[in-house]
Amino acid sequence: MTITDAPRIVSRRLGKPASWTLASYLADGGYQGLRAALAMTPEQIHDQVNTANILGRGGAGFEAGRKWGMLRQAQPVYLTINGDESEPATFKDHALIEGDPHQLIEGSLICAYAIGASQVFVYVRGEFPLAIERLQSALNEAYHHGAVGHAIFGSGFSVDIVVHPGAGAYICGEETALLESLEGKRGYPRIKPPFFPAALGLYGAPTIVNNVETVSNLPWVVLNSGADFAALGDGRSKGTKLLALAGHVKRPGNYELEWAKATFRDLIFDPRLGGGIRDDNELKALIPGGVSSPWLGPEQLDISLSNESIAAAGSMAGSGSVIVMDQTACVVRAAWRIVRFFHRESCGQCTPCREGGGWLEKILERIERGQGRESDLDLLMDVCDNISPGVTWPPAQTTICVLGPSMPPSVAAGIQMFRDEYLTHVREGRCPFPPDRLPLRLARV
Amino acid sequence: MPRLNPGNLHRARDLIALYPEPRSALIPILHVLQEQDGYLSEDGMAHIADLLGLAAAEVRGTASFYDMFHFEPVGKYLLAVCTNIACMLQGAYRLLEHAEERLGVSPGGTTADGLFTLEDAECLALCGDAPCVTVNWRFFGDVDLQGFDDLLDELKAGRLDGEVPSHGTLSRVDRTVGLAASQGANGSAAAGSAAAMSTGAGQGGPSGVGSHAEAARSHPHPDLDTHRSTAATASMYAAHLDGRR
Repeated sequence: MTITDAPRIVSRRLGKPASWTLASYLADGGYQGLRAALAMTPEQIHDQVNTANILGRGGAGFEAGRKWGMLRQAQPVYLTINGDESEPATFKDHALIEGDPHQLIEGSLICAYAIGASQVFVYVRGEFPLAIERLQSALNEAYHHGAVGHAIFGSGFSVDIVVHPGAGAYICGEETALLESLEGKRGYPRIKPPFFPAALGLYGAPTIVNNVETVSNLPWVVLNSGADFAALGDGRSKGTKLLALAGHVKRPGNYELEWAKATFRDLIFDPRLGGGIRDDNELKALIPGGVSSPWLGPEQLDISLSNESIAAAGSMAGSGSVIVMDQTACVVRAAWRIVRFFHRESCGQCTPCREGGGWLEKILERIERGQGRESDLDLLMDVCDNISPGVTWPPAQTTICVLGPSMPPSVAAGIQMFRDEYLTHVREGRCPFPPDRLPLRLARV
Repeated sequence: MPRLNPGNLHRARDLIALYPEPRSALIPILHVLQEQDGYLSEDGMAHIADLLGLAAAEVRGTASFYDMFHFEPVGKYLLAVCTNIACMLQGAYRLLEHAEERLGVSPGGTTADGLFTLEDAECLALCGDAPCVTVNWRFFGDVDLQGFDDLLDELKAGRLDGEVPSHGTLSRVDRTVGLAASQGANGSAAAGSAAAMSTGAGQGGPSGVGSHAEAARSHPHPDLDTHRSTAATASMYAAHLDGRR
């Protein structure tokens, strides 16, 4: 069996003509998983999901079945689907909502039935209007098909789904900030404890927040079995994973691969996948799980694509986004752009994140401009240490949420892996990379 | 001064009916207001505050957290160039520089003819087609300098009006059904259906669809198939595993 032979559980309809319509979904066996689920008890579905060991696909990698099991016993219970995908270079949920909204609806309904949810809210990032339109259109169709609403498919189960748009805020992908936003407020993360959504979520009610890709697996799991899902992958990393490959590769895109059966080398270099580095350049570094994750080097290409092996290498599988940088990439500029993003998106509640982000951005900018000092390297690490003491991975936290601790990895990785490149910026008084690639704001100084 | 017009007031009430707590409808209604006027006016926000029983400051205080909301009019086309890491690695800053030169404005600025407002955007999740641009949040991928010029020409000529609606238009597809889970088996709006109640007697249709169908009819159904952005998102898909790419 080769690395692309595993079943494509969530992405097989993507790219097919009118894949977002009910007709096309039904022609491919759509809503059979929901019908099968309604013939089971909620406990049986929960058992299957536990057996499948689906790790949450949003980034944290927490077992979905375990999360469901943490629900506080109280009514009502809400289900919220997290479609606020905004982690830089992550574009898998965007594709799933736009390309297969019925699969998302079906998975959400199976989840709602299993946890006894009284209402489902699908929070979709506001910058995805086509995804919102197709999802709303699919939902309208699903209502008329009897798949959602009152007495679904003639069963005793009734539930409504509401498509809820965001309005542009990365932090609303954090589950408690998402709930604040869904309550019509600023997206400020809540303190955990006590505000674990399964205990105190939407309107104070027990709430499950699951990622789009996570629930998109459910129709397949119910139609096949949890054991079939768990037969794919290895260790804790079961099933398949949709990997978003971007940066300096010949064939960027989303690739659904069996987990723990391929390596970064396969993903980046296999001709059916990434196809190698752009212009046949040399690989310089890769960011394995979204820009919050510590970087890896070319000597780590043979690490298996699984939750545990990436963690063992000191980073994380995270959202499944892999960013590739070749030797033309400036690591100072890359770190600057990543930190600038987090600084812009900091909600401002916690000082280390709000202020530390600004400091990091300014120091990196002056190094990139050629105005840095050698002591800036220690200063950067010191600011990182104030945001996340010890600058370890997984990160220690001085803040309500993990946005702040997401800043140090790209700074620390750059300094540790490419100290000479930082020093060259300082000693030569300029960025050693071609000026036409300089960010505009820096080039004009 | 612009408050929600009667049609949009209707849509706002339908949105409120979808949630256990009215305030949850705030962001969706703010999108309706921004669709109506292209930005959020103080009067419009005050109107929404009245609808939801909030102070105007609570509405503005919430809205100001979110990057998509504008408090001053913007150009006919909000042109956002992504400069985050994946696009930066593919030359996004060169593209942004080109956009500045072509339009004669910096990010945040609006051209004198009122056609374009330029933005330096964070990751737009189209990284398989970097560098990417959105126009009123509709996607255009793999944009090189020539592609950018062509895009400007097509926008100016109005050739993209079918797929790029006016600024603020989030979804051209409205919900066509209220909350149905608590409805009686006969399909009529039961006492628990806030959707039918909120819009007054006589709105609840035989299928319990209520005013949602009215709202939907006021919006012609867009073509969700032929978007340029659909082609651009091709590489977001794993279709290449079928040998199509």
